[in-house]
Amino acid sequence: MSDGEFQPKIVAFVCNWCTYIAADAAGVARARYSPNVRLVRTMCSGRVDPQFVLASFEKGADAVLLCGCHPRDCHYTAGNYKALRRFVLLKKMLAQMGLEDGRVRLEWISASEAEKFRRVVEEMTQDVRRLGPYKENGGK
Amino acid sequence: MSDEEPRIGVYVCDCGFNIAGVVNVPELIEYARGLRNVVVAREYKYMCSSPGQETIQKDIQERKLNRVVVASCSPHLHEATFRRAVEGAGANPFLVHMVNIREQVAWVTANRKDATEKAKALVAAGVARVARHAPLERREVPVRSEVLVLGGGIAGIQAALTAADSGRRVYLVEREPSIGGHMAKFDKTFPTLDCAACILTPKMTGVKNHPNITVLSYSEVARVDGYVGNFRVTVRRKPRYVDEQKCVGCFECIEKCVYKDARFPSEFELGLGKRKPIYIPFPQAVPLVAVIDPETCIEFKTHNCRKTCVDACGDRDAIDFGQMEQTVELEVGTIIVATGFQVFDARRMTNYGYGNHPGVYTALEVERLAASNGPTGGEIVLRDGRRPTSVGIVHCVGSRDHAYNAYCSKVCCMYSLKLAHLIKERTDADVWNFYIDMRTPGKGYEEFYQRLLAENVHFVRGKVAEVTDLAQSKAEEGKLVITVEDTLLGAVRRVPVDMVILSVALEPRPDREEVRRLLNLSCSMEGFFLERHPKLAPVSTMNDGMFIAGACQGPKDIPETVAQAEAAAAEAVALTSRGFLTLEPNLAYIEEPLCSGCQVCIPLCPYTAIELDREKMVARISDVLCKGCGVCVAACPSGAAKQKMFEDEQLMDELAGVLSA
Repeated sequence: MSDGEFQPKIVAFVCNWCTYIAADAAGVARARYSPNVRLVRTMCSGRVDPQFVLASFEKGADAVLLCGCHPRDCHYTAGNYKALRRFVLLKKMLAQMGLEDGRVRLEWISASEAEKFRRVVEEMTQDVRRLGPYKENGGK
Repeated sequence: MSDEEPRIGVYVCDCGFNIAGVVNVPELIEYARGLRNVVVAREYKYMCSSPGQETIQKDIQERKLNRVVVASCSPHLHEATFRRAVEGAGANPFLVHMVNIREQVAWVTANRKDATEKAKALVAAGVARVARHAPLERREVPVRSEVLVLGGGIAGIQAALTAADSGRRVYLVEREPSIGGHMAKFDKTFPTLDCAACILTPKMTGVKNHPNITVLSYSEVARVDGYVGNFRVTVRRKPRYVDEQKCVGCFECIEKCVYKDARFPSEFELGLGKRKPIYIPFPQAVPLVAVIDPETCIEFKTHNCRKTCVDACGDRDAIDFGQMEQTVELEVGTIIVATGFQVFDARRMTNYGYGNHPGVYTALEVERLAASNGPTGGEIVLRDGRRPTSVGIVHCVGSRDHAYNAYCSKVCCMYSLKLAHLIKERTDADVWNFYIDMRTPGKGYEEFYQRLLAENVHFVRGKVAEVTDLAQSKAEEGKLVITVEDTLLGAVRRVPVDMVILSVALEPRPDREEVRRLLNLSCSMEGFFLERHPKLAPVSTMNDGMFIAGACQGPKDIPETVAQAEAAAAEAVALTSRGFLTLEPNLAYIEEPLCSGCQVCIPLCPYTAIELDREKMVARISDVLCKGCGVCVAACPSGAAKQKMFEDEQLMDELAGVLSA
């Protein structure tokens, strides 16, 4: 991460059973990734209230990543489907509010997908870097 | 210690050089001291060690701390450790919060400045969050003592015996008609060369005779409900068309079958031997009960068989063509998964000619040829009955190959050496081993390799390129030619042999995805079931009450499998031995005055834990049924549904924290 470059702040909501473990596994594998993504753990992606996403932007996030278990893999049967339903709706609403595509992203990352976790974090950091800071961009 | 003003202690672990080598810990400590409500912030080399824990305990008592943040490794590793430490100082264990600055920061961040800044943000989030923590009580739930073991190979057998010996009732579910698994197919075991049957069959008999073990063979688990200590399991019992209670295993029905000769490929013999439509997989089978294959039985195909088997069975009256699939419901406290492995399908490597050249075998097939109870009575002969005069053993088939499996299957070097020895002993053939590296770690393993070197077995270091029957010289005619670069000689060699043995990889079973979903387990990238922690919890899984043992967790040999099976059984017994369990208090609850009775939450709950209290017109969540996912909490339009340990305020403050630095 070179000085002077825009350093986006990205909040990632990750579920306890899949993506949090993938992040741990990325650590164990000593995978290098940008420090811009900060994790907030919930037990299930279904716990993520859309308000948390809105609050993230309000509190200074440039982007929000929501991660859960793959379809059919939810530790709680179907919490990830509920997260998906809310996400689709939320994304529509955010777009109407002027939020650019790429500032919110939903990814299914299983416990074994440390490499995918790293890749998603890197991609998102690059994407948001291109978009620039959220507030200055007229989103709010 | 909660209602009063938060007094927070922050403890940053160096984790040796793991964290301190990357994160500027003194700077982080200084930063933490400036955070709201932080009374003390300290650094220590190993926070999880006794002196580290005692530091926290001392501060709780002397500095009157009422909240603790530990910035160290993943909570999945040491959350329990620090909760115990805090509890030991007389405080509520849920007033501690762990911040993961090892896996999420030190191990993944390239530069020190970035790492330190990210660590600051996470610590700020932890401090903000923990200030909102409230003391919580763990739930106690009664647990059942019964153990379900999935898979009747050596892992499942050993786990069942160990748990049963401790006095537990054990259900052993096996998909095949007999328990025994892969080990039952082996001739001898390395490096001691004791006969596999002599060490396995007494254990199989032990399972059969154990008063505490119920074997459900030819059965599969169809459904698992419930939670740790209280699982409800549905087992599907496939019809054998022979009554297990009535059959005495006399083999008379098989002898008298209208098919005079066995003519159908035997599954147990991997197609090298034949069986009849009514058969017992092998003479030492447990249970020793015949099974009818409806695909080949004339009665099933034409309904017009003379049914000589029924006549042979006579008064025992065990044969039942009308038998239906049965469903059995079991209630167990713990589940041990020991579903084993499959061998690599050698047809995938077309350059080795398996399935094309009859002289190419997999190692498992040669185990059957070498076995005294096998199709050739232990004589190592080719399919046409000839004795091979030269045999080539190709190592690493499907292992250590990025086109197939990158991992080392761990046992192939040793079983290849064993087969080389057995072939040498019984045929006096020229035996060649083609290896990439010889890997023989284990008690007596390297010594076994040395012994083979002295037995005039040839060793060629190099990965085999091809097996072909295209002769280039007189000596190669009628032979299979192994082409290999001998990396020690620095030359390409062509070695003509009669028999090629492919030392195939151990792979996850093809149905691991279904099993994984059935049990809510995770798999590693290769598809083996994932342990809770590779070192500290090697037989536990992320799903409480479920344990893994044997090759379903990764390739391993018999001693290691047996050790894991015993460990899994001990864990299962220990977990349920007090008769009750304490569960995390992260449950959802309803703050009644806020609830409007809209019932949005009710259909969302995957556990039907939410009911409408019709008198008060508010939702009510059952503590017993709720598993704490929080789906209802996120959905509640009036903020009445809440979740302990994941309260909105806690998450909002954590959110502000991670964005603060």
